Amino acid sequence: MTTFLALLHRDLRVVRRELPSFLLRVVLNPLLFTFIFGFVMPRMGIIQRGYTEMLLPGILGLSMTLSSMQAVSLPLVIDFGWSKEIEDRLLAPISIMGVGFEKIVVGVIQAIIAGVVVLPLAWLLMGVHLSLTKVDAFHFVTVALLSSYLFAAFGMVLGTVVAPQQISLLFTVLLAPMIFFGCAYYPWATLHVIPWFQYAVLVNPLVYANEGFRLALTPQMPHMPLWLVYAALIGFSIFFTWLGLRNFNKRALD
Amino acid sequence: MFGVPPLGGIENKGDDRLQAELQNEIMETVIAVEELSKTYKPKARKGIEVKALDGISFQVSRGEFFGLLGPNGAGKTTTIGILTTRVLPTGGTAQIEGTDVARQPVAVKRRIGVVPQVNNLDRSLTAKEILLFHAEYFGVSKQERESLAAELLKRFELTERADEKVNGFSGGMVQRLKIARALMHQPAILFLDEPTTGLDPQSRRAMWELLTELNQKGLTILLTTHYMEEADQLCGRIAIIDHGKLLTLDSPAQLKRSVPGGYLIELQVRDEISEPFVTALRPLPGVVDIKADRDRVRIYADRAEGLLANAMRLAGEHDVMVTDAHVSEPSLENLFLHLTGRSLRE
Repeated sequence: MTTFLALLHRDLRVVRRELPSFLLRVVLNPLLFTFIFGFVMPRMGIIQRGYTEMLLPGILGLSMTLSSMQAVSLPLVIDFGWSKEIEDRLLAPISIMGVGFEKIVVGVIQAIIAGVVVLPLAWLLMGVHLSLTKVDAFHFVTVALLSSYLFAAFGMVLGTVVAPQQISLLFTVLLAPMIFFGCAYYPWATLHVIPWFQYAVLVNPLVYANEGFRLALTPQMPHMPLWLVYAALIGFSIFFTWLGLRNFNKRALD
Repeated sequence: MFGVPPLGGIENKGDDRLQAELQNEIMETVIAVEELSKTYKPKARKGIEVKALDGISFQVSRGEFFGLLGPNGAGKTTTIGILTTRVLPTGGTAQIEGTDVARQPVAVKRRIGVVPQVNNLDRSLTAKEILLFHAEYFGVSKQERESLAAELLKRFELTERADEKVNGFSGGMVQRLKIARALMHQPAILFLDEPTTGLDPQSRRAMWELLTELNQKGLTILLTTHYMEEADQLCGRIAIIDHGKLLTLDSPAQLKRSVPGGYLIELQVRDEISEPFVTALRPLPGVVDIKADRDRVRIYADRAEGLLANAMRLAGEHDVMVTDAHVSEPSLENLFLHLTGRSLRE
């Protein structure tokens, strides 16, 4: 446990040192998006005013999940593929799985920082038109933690299979479709107009994160049933943890 | 005094009784390698299996300076990898202070310090932070790790750059910091993989002094190298390995003595070596053994005086055109050549 905390201490020191660039990375994208879709376009009358209520949970979901995923995957790709820096932590007196699990925890922490920063900003920017009435604090916290964890574990899977030269490919081939098909910009229920698509997107774990935020933050809007959100978030979390740590162990040992 | 315990790893520093025990030559085995083998599975589907280690065995006692000498690809790094829990053996066993490295890696990691061949220093941290965090991973108390880091930075001449990140560090500085890091948790055994490869001669000398000093303070050291002079200079015992097999194991002096004759004269000739020429060489005074291989003949001798001149005279008589001749004194290089027919440098 001492070693685990020391590893965490090291990673948080690095996070703190790189906080300005981390915040910029995390905040800029959702902020621009919120500005255009939540502020500019409703004023133009191109988008209905109620759209911002649909948008806020998705923006928050994207910020948190993508931060935790990147926080885990990118350093691992570089560590395993090139710098080998992680070797000094693999020689620390802790199991290989322990080192891997610590990476996931750091991803969750970074996601929480991202959420804490993005939520009030997005809220303020869209604030005028937002009517968050029945905010369910319990679901909000559990969904936020589960989603961050799921994507940190998913980040570990990616970080252990992707080679450094494939990083840009990862963004275009995997991340872009995931974001567009992730029900961030529209509720899943409204997809019933295209039934095959509504079922196809269910393979995307991001759908459950965003729908989870939707049911917690804007329960008056259409959203996925509670049980499905939790079942999928937990199921995917277990699967990616197993796969991610298995891969991590394989990459760490020859 | 800096923070290496007088009897590598035994925590109560300066215990004279233990020091005396060591001097009484109580040989305690701290590294035991038994029929160790490692076969790497092919990475690609059409790849081939690589047998990196083929059943090597050796033991190292506490306080020893032990060297693994061999050319690149001999299996040195794989051996260190297994002993430091980073590589899983496919056969045989390896124990550190009686603990099996594959079964109880965490217990083993507590007892060893590792200086890998590549620069794996934490680039997100400053030199001092690298040392402090490393000690923190091992549960060294805050006060202790602060004072230890200050001592090691001073001894390794890194104090001035302590608060810089390591990106701009020279090869020698990186190497010193890697060793300082490995010593931060006061290990019982220090492993170094090719510690002077890529260093300029001056840094190499300084590194040798540093390692000798650490060993004299009682730290057990296992180092790999493909420089014979390094193994010769530093190590109390040397295991020569090639193609994953242990060829021989002894002190440098004994090893050199085991080369037939000790001196070596090598002749490179145009065309093939003829049998009559080799036969004529054998009775020359001092010759112990002769090995001919296509256009090259190696004459092992117990003295070199006059031998080259005699050999050249015989070459002339047998119409053998000598294009190159080389005389060398007893050395590990000659031993390696004798054992494998290849030069370490090839």
